[in-house]
Amino acid sequence: MAFLDIHQLQKSFGALRVVKDFTLGIDKGEFVSFLGPSGCGKTTVLRMVAGFETPTSGAIRIDGRDVTGLPANRRKIGMVFQAYALFPNLTVEENIGFGLKVAGEDKAAIRKRVGEMLELIGLSQLGGRYPFQLSGGQQQRVALARALAPRPQVLLLDEPLSALDAKIRVSLREEIRRIQRDLGITTIFVTHDQEEALSMSDRVVVMHQGVADQVGTPFEIYNRPATRFVAQFVGTLNLIDADLVDAAAGRIRLGGVPVALNRSLPGQTGKRISLALRPETVALGRKDEGNAVVLAGTITEVHFLGAVIRIRVAVEGGLVSLDTFNQPDRPPPSIGTPVEISVSHRDLLVLAA
Amino acid sequence: MTGKRLWSWLAVVLGGLYFLLPLAGMVDFSMRMKRGEYSFEAYRLVLADPQFQQTFGYSVGLALLTIVLGILIVVPTAYFVRLRFPGLRPIVEFITLLPLVIPPIVIVFGYIRIYNTSSILPLTGSWLGTNILLLFGYATLSLPYMYRSVDTGLRTIDIASLTEAAQSLGAGWARILTVVILPNVFVSVLSGAFLTFAIVIGEYVFAALLNVNSFGPYMVWMGGNRAYEPSALAVVAFAITWACMGLIQLFTRFSKFSTARR
Amino acid sequence: MTTSAVSLPAALRPRQILNWFGVAPFFIFATLFLILPTLNIVVGAFRNAQGEATLENLGKLLSPSIRSAFWISIELSLMTAVLGCLFGFLIAAAITLGGLPRPLRNAILTFSGVASNFAGVPLAFAFIATLGRLGFVTMLLRHWFGINLYGSGFNIVSFLGLALTYLYFQIPLMVLIITPALEGLRREWREAAESLGASGFQYWRMVALPVLWPSLLGTLALLFANAFGAVATAIALTGSSLSIAPIVLFAQIRGDVLNDPHLGYAIAFAMIVLTAVANGIYILLRMRAERWVK
Ligand SMILES: Nc1ncnc2c1ncn2[C@@H]1O[C@H](COP(=O)(O)OP(=O)(O)OP(=O)(O)O)[C@@H](O)[C@H]1O
Ligand SMILES: [Mg+2]
Repeated sequence: MAFLDIHQLQKSFGALRVVKDFTLGIDKGEFVSFLGPSGCGKTTVLRMVAGFETPTSGAIRIDGRDVTGLPANRRKIGMVFQAYALFPNLTVEENIGFGLKVAGEDKAAIRKRVGEMLELIGLSQLGGRYPFQLSGGQQQRVALARALAPRPQVLLLDEPLSALDAKIRVSLREEIRRIQRDLGITTIFVTHDQEEALSMSDRVVVMHQGVADQVGTPFEIYNRPATRFVAQFVGTLNLIDADLVDAAAGRIRLGGVPVALNRSLPGQTGKRISLALRPETVALGRKDEGNAVVLAGTITEVHFLGAVIRIRVAVEGGLVSLDTFNQPDRPPPSIGTPVEISVSHRDLLVLAA
Repeated sequence: MTGKRLWSWLAVVLGGLYFLLPLAGMVDFSMRMKRGEYSFEAYRLVLADPQFQQTFGYSVGLALLTIVLGILIVVPTAYFVRLRFPGLRPIVEFITLLPLVIPPIVIVFGYIRIYNTSSILPLTGSWLGTNILLLFGYATLSLPYMYRSVDTGLRTIDIASLTEAAQSLGAGWARILTVVILPNVFVSVLSGAFLTFAIVIGEYVFAALLNVNSFGPYMVWMGGNRAYEPSALAVVAFAITWACMGLIQLFTRFSKFSTARR
Repeated sequence: MTTSAVSLPAALRPRQILNWFGVAPFFIFATLFLILPTLNIVVGAFRNAQGEATLENLGKLLSPSIRSAFWISIELSLMTAVLGCLFGFLIAAAITLGGLPRPLRNAILTFSGVASNFAGVPLAFAFIATLGRLGFVTMLLRHWFGINLYGSGFNIVSFLGLALTYLYFQIPLMVLIITPALEGLRREWREAAESLGASGFQYWRMVALPVLWPSLLGTLALLFANAFGAVATAIALTGSSLSIAPIVLFAQIRGDVLNDPHLGYAIAFAMIVLTAVANGIYILLRMRAERWVK
């Protein structure tokens, strides 16, 4: 059984069902991200795990022990909040030592552990400062140290980086991941930033309207989205219309061209379906591999982004965005140019509704 | 959770009892003038009393004058301190808080000593002088409330830009203050004004020690000589206080509405 | 930019001199009607009738009757300040953290605004009508519960009666001041403390109370000064039968009792000192308590 086991969790606020049948197992030492749009229930699940919110039904087990009814202060869970939430009246050291002091550890032990934690977050010089004397990034590191100091079984982070500016966000997320690996602590990280989720996690849970739409490694989530929502929410996506000629045999008709994908597809034979394409899988011109669909179209937009040039091409059935690399000796194509684009068969994603 | 809510209800109910019983007592007592039945006899007597009419009218007039004086002193000060003398701010704030710290009776004692008949400025010697002294005394008492209200109001508007805009249109200081600044902090000024009104209307110590026959001393005199009328007076005073606070709330809400629309 | 670099110091430019006229009325007013009268008292307290410097006046404060008047005043002010803080805090906590319906909170805040300003003579009348010999509650207790309030030694014209009356404006004042402070306690602090293993009590002792401490102290000092200077309520309630410092001073100024103006100076001076000390202690403690906010 998983180390942290969330079983058929449900939560309603009055008539509003915020979390519907959420089930997830997390292994010891694993780093799992909850990714989803605002209001989908990420925080609510996290707060139920932490014990701040009582589930309407379902169970939460940590290390085989049912903690569903256990008050928050007996769960041994570390929590990091979006807005730091450091105690303003305590110094950095006192903040970090809070959990140990509350647990009644002796002074020497507290001092030693606080020193270790300060070293871990690289703020050994600032132990005597008050929170208001620290930058946002430093405060969040202290908050992390404070949560980790009492050696919790599980670490929960609720959008810990979203109050920080872009540069610090990247460096801090690498630091959080390093610390998490070093300590081997089981971690749930809530975010609505897909880049964060994909770059940091062992596994990503994509949440949508209170349910986990898909659980998988970042690679799986991105390349094999299970639902249309996941495909659209994670990364940029082109959707074009096609006809499903034979679902079982995997034959479709795309822009008048019959394509045999040779795998069974979801959906009903004879219906119109949506095909999803990642911009980076679409090539300008013909691909020199045999298994590619070639579509004719016209360039409608050109965005020069520096290293990458994003081009929009109108084809039959929709608009397709694609990315090409900048090449100093070749200027980007101009709008109105007729072009051909190609996609490998395996990159055509047929999504369940 | 439910335990917490239970305790909260308990606190509120006990508090409610303590705060509502005196009001009930006051109303009940004020209506028991006629034996065996409830009546408004005490109110009728009080309202018909020429002493009441005279002292009450006097106090209302004085309260209004205090408000005008307070505005004249506080608005320009708060404005210039914000705009031109931020360095003076701590001093001005300290001074405006003093009336909350120094007991009023001490202040009025000082007045009597400084402005008595044998001093260079013998204000207490004449009817007019005494009234002026009382007026300024009340302006002093209301200073903390007036200043805080106006200053809060000024904080919410960009006085620097407003002033520059008005100056670029050729307005002088007096015009800027009356036409541009005052209307913009009107609601805050009103809050201060109603508070001032509530404080001044029934004030006793200043009036009594300066020998002015205003509403406060009249009430005390009634308290010593009548049984039911004082309760009627208390009800009237409470209604005035309530009205002042209610109006403050009303105007503040109205201003929130109007700024939200802007 | 360049013009201002070569111009006169700010305070000497003609425009700035004009600006001084904007604040001058305030300073003249404050000097004449606030500062000079207070200074006059302070200086007068150290002078005798011939205008010579002396400590004699202050020495008179030590006479038993005046000492006891001050003592009762201090006790009364301290007690109503502490109780006002305590009960006000409980009510404020109930309406902010207690999960009560929102309209109730607003109603209580509005009422507090009214009650905190409902001091002085009318308040005394209300309490006489309620707890006086023939008062509403006195009668209620006698007829419904068979309790004889006055038979058991209670009297509204007493220390206890005065304290009960003062609380009527002290508690709401506390509610008004502490409610915003309580609302400033962030939910995350409590949750962070809980997830770190703290009990509710530990959270209050180690985080919430220290954070609230400056506001609590400030209100305590304010309530103390508030009660200490309240004369009208006391006079209207007790006549002058209860000898507290401001009533003694009142009688002194009126010339009713002792006829020694310099004793009046000394009493007034002592009152200033006491409220100043209360506020001084507050400022000192506040600076210590607020190390963590600059
Ligand atoms: N205490 C509450 N009472 C009522 N509704 C609530 C409560 N807490 C959350 N909700 C509702 O539950 C839904 C999910 O909220 P939640 O905070 O879990 O979203 P989230 O996924 O964390 O969103 P975000 O990315 O904006 O933080 C929202 O619609 C919210 O309005
Ligand atoms: Mg959230």
